[in-house]
Amino acid sequence: MSRVEIRKTYKLFIGGAFPRSESGRSYEVVDSEGNFVANPAMASRKDARDAVVAARSAFPNWSAATAFNRSQILYRVAELMESRREEFTNGVSLGDSIGKGRAGKIVDAAIDRWVWYAGWSDKLGSILGATNPVAGPYYNFSIPEPVGVVALIAPQDSSLLGLIDLLGAALTTGNTVVVLANETAPLPAITLSEVLATSDVPAGVVNILTGRTKEVAPWLASHMDVDAINLAGVAAEDVQKLAGEATDNLKRVIAPKSRDWLQTPTIEAMTSLLEIKTVWHPIGI
Amino acid sequence: MSPFEYAPAPESRAIVDIASSYGLFINGEFINGAGTAYKTINPATEEVLSEIAEGSSADIDLAVKAARRAYAKVWSKMPAAERGKYLYRIARIMQERAREFAVLETLNNGKPIRESRDIDVPLAAAHFFYHAGWADKLEHAGLGSAPKPHGVVGQIIPWNFPLLMLSWKVAPALATGNTVVLKPAETTPLTALLFADVCRQAGLPPGVVNIVTGAGATGAALVSHPDVNKIAFTGSTKVGKAIAREIVGTKKSVTLELGGKGANIVFDDAPMDETIEGIVNGIFFNQGHVCCAGSRLLIQENVHEEVLERLRHRMSQLRVGDPMDKNTDVGAINSAAQLGRITELATAGDNEGAQRWSTPCDLPTKGFWYAPTIFTGVTQAHRIAREEIFGPVLSVLTFRTPAEAIEKANNTPYGLSAGVWTDKGSRLLWTAARLRAGVVWGNTFNRFDPTSPFGGYKESGWGREGGRHGLAAYLKQGEQA
Repeated sequence: MSRVEIRKTYKLFIGGAFPRSESGRSYEVVDSEGNFVANPAMASRKDARDAVVAARSAFPNWSAATAFNRSQILYRVAELMESRREEFTNGVSLGDSIGKGRAGKIVDAAIDRWVWYAGWSDKLGSILGATNPVAGPYYNFSIPEPVGVVALIAPQDSSLLGLIDLLGAALTTGNTVVVLANETAPLPAITLSEVLATSDVPAGVVNILTGRTKEVAPWLASHMDVDAINLAGVAAEDVQKLAGEATDNLKRVIAPKSRDWLQTPTIEAMTSLLEIKTVWHPIGI
Repeated sequence: MSPFEYAPAPESRAIVDIASSYGLFINGEFINGAGTAYKTINPATEEVLSEIAEGSSADIDLAVKAARRAYAKVWSKMPAAERGKYLYRIARIMQERAREFAVLETLNNGKPIRESRDIDVPLAAAHFFYHAGWADKLEHAGLGSAPKPHGVVGQIIPWNFPLLMLSWKVAPALATGNTVVLKPAETTPLTALLFADVCRQAGLPPGVVNIVTGAGATGAALVSHPDVNKIAFTGSTKVGKAIAREIVGTKKSVTLELGGKGANIVFDDAPMDETIEGIVNGIFFNQGHVCCAGSRLLIQENVHEEVLERLRHRMSQLRVGDPMDKNTDVGAINSAAQLGRITELATAGDNEGAQRWSTPCDLPTKGFWYAPTIFTGVTQAHRIAREEIFGPVLSVLTFRTPAEAIEKANNTPYGLSAGVWTDKGSRLLWTAARLRAGVVWGNTFNRFDPTSPFGGYKESGWGREGGRHGLAAYLKQGEQA
């Protein structure tokens, strides 16, 4: 008889811990043939709010971390993903319903995407900042700063690479994030949370929820302590409604765009999550 | 007469020639609006200055069509360097007619002539001069190798800096190759209408700038017009949110420059003379009608008494009255409605238990006036600590540690501006880095420059105006391009 394998319990990732949903709910994830795979947690409004609190608490330190430090931490995420490449490949194969060969290429791209973003954190200030030659005896400079807590509704057409593509942009810029994972294929996102938990990413910087997009995304869109929301994974018919709710506190809204996740992102992925701060000081003796 | 009293020094209004009525400036000429005319007044005297057309949605449609034609046939085809030359012309004409603009601004807005003459008008001209030079260098702005304009831009501006806000909007829009439909504020249309004459003198092609006066309904018609590609709005957070919601689901872009409740933080080592001047400038400049005003003063507890004593003394020297007098520091409140709002919030301050102190000054009997006022004993829960008063009213709070100062400063949905007063460089930069605000003034306050990006975090808005970063508001970004 073959050995009975030990299955993993897939839970939420909030504030560095792995709780079940406070609602006690879970939902069934199946493979492309309808076979049972797992029962991940089905997050509730309360879970979403807890995740926002965790992200807000983590924001001061993560945004104040040196760019070099953030860079090293994101590179560390790539290192740990590489060491679990096979597990991710199996997860993506299952999640994206593709063969192992193609899944492997997607995992390679996902790992490389972390490296790409890791290299950005200490370049953005030079590229996007400025000293401004004002007409007076003042030193005046502008610098990019993270917008704050970002809600990321992960894309539905990619279980891992699409998520990492958008998550990396938010992290390298110093934001903290609440992710709502791909609804039908949430498992690679949870596996990623295990990597994040062991990669020196401080607790609360990334929080990952699994569950129903239609149920949870609106709570994030209307949450008054979320500063920006990426609507990537929101169904087309719901985008307008959620974007409207996001105006209650003038969230920065990133509309879904269909794209080939294997392509290198543009800098707008990062600039859309940055604010420009300008500081003045008199010059004199 | 004591040594510190001044003889009246009124600026002459002979230089301005105000027509008895004005139409709408559409396609390079003034036409009669379809709506009912309304009166615009001098808020310092309540004298009627002129009758102003109220633009209807049909008028907005005419203006958008004119702007579209001008964009398609002229402005988008013109070499960028030529476009820039029109902006240089406009800047020069504004400088040549600076006195006229300053007098007209003060008459219609109520701000002291010293401010309109030395700040509003020179900065407005400087904005055109600065952006003129960008027109043929946009590929170097870090926004892509061939950045493209949006097309027709609808712009809605407030009454607190009527001409300066016009220039913040129109100059970058034109430099980047857009054409404009501008709606000035209801109560302060006159300098915008004089700007129409500048466009005529500059030979600006018809339809590149269209000016449609009116109130909220006129602005709403502009926002909802289907052929407007981008909306730029400066005004209240309430209206800004309504605009943001209105354009959801359309292809329109939007930038918003909204309200604020700026913290002005005074540490115990602050250079005291400069700090007192900075506090006064932060809240009493332009009667406090400033979105980035330092309206919450946070004083470190051990210097609280000293700062307040010196502040009261300095405030007692402020000359409140005739805005046309060159010695006036604080002019008239812009409208009866705004005076009502200031009065309501100040009364809430009394009722919620804060202590009011106002400068002893005689206020004119006609017009709208509010004596410079501070409230002490303010807590974070008080309305006067949370809501934008937009008047000469300062709320004073205290703190013990730098961390507490940051906590209190950031405890607001707004995030436009902040000030820090300290002699210690490392403390200043530490504080500036933690303030969630788009502009931080260190040992100064309320400084503006065309090269310096301005705009808010959080509910203070979307986007920046001024500097290289401000160009992004008028050029298509990323996948829009």
